[in-house]
Amino acid sequence: MTLATELMNWSITLAFVIVALCQVMSMVRLVIGPNTGDRILALDTMVINAIGLIVLLGLAQGIRIYFEVSLIIAMLGFVSTVAYARFVLRGDIIE
Amino acid sequence: MMYEIIALYAVSFCLVVGAIFTLVGAIGLLKFNDSMTRLHAPTKVGTIGVGALLLASIIYNGVFKDGAIQEMLIMGFLFVTAPISAHFIAKVNLHRRDCDTAPDLPGDEQWATYDLPASDIDILEPKLETDSAPAGEPAR
Repeated sequence: MTLATELMNWSITLAFVIVALCQVMSMVRLVIGPNTGDRILALDTMVINAIGLIVLLGLAQGIRIYFEVSLIIAMLGFVSTVAYARFVLRGDIIE
Repeated sequence: MMYEIIALYAVSFCLVVGAIFTLVGAIGLLKFNDSMTRLHAPTKVGTIGVGALLLASIIYNGVFKDGAIQEMLIMGFLFVTAPISAHFIAKVNLHRRDCDTAPDLPGDEQWATYDLPASDIDILEPKLETDSAPAGEPAR
């Protein structure tokens, strides 16, 4: 039991580090991205990575309320991605 | 007891798989050299990466806490919306002429993104005037 618990603690730490690193790499692409589509894609990836970070936080702290936070962020991220893309495509969000 | 140990190993495995796929997606987003190619990488983050992290949460909460089916909502929502947002970003790339030349369509059809109404044609004008297309590419 102790070995398995220790392994899970180590993998939670590893996942935290890697997902945070991915967040930083997506932010680099957001800053240097030459085109509009790259920036929208980087923002979308950052939202998805944030969902992963919040799920990991809920797993590490054992609190179930983080589920609702990540659900709301998922919906908000999708709507904002579509709104950005609509704005670039049509010059207007709601025609 | 044995059951819980197997659950802990499964949770660890899912966490490591999710982290590795997230890393693959971020490296692809950072290192690829074309807009449409870069669009490939983060779909792995959206489906397998976050999917495996959520699966770890489902297993952990299902074994050690009571009830864990709510995470399936986030998983289903992400799986449904990731292709839609990828489709929209691909349309943005086509629309802004940021990618390689799109293949020709059969017959006289053209890509719907280029099929603008006459009142919206001024959206395209600044991009067409600056002519930022890479060298060797025919003017469109």
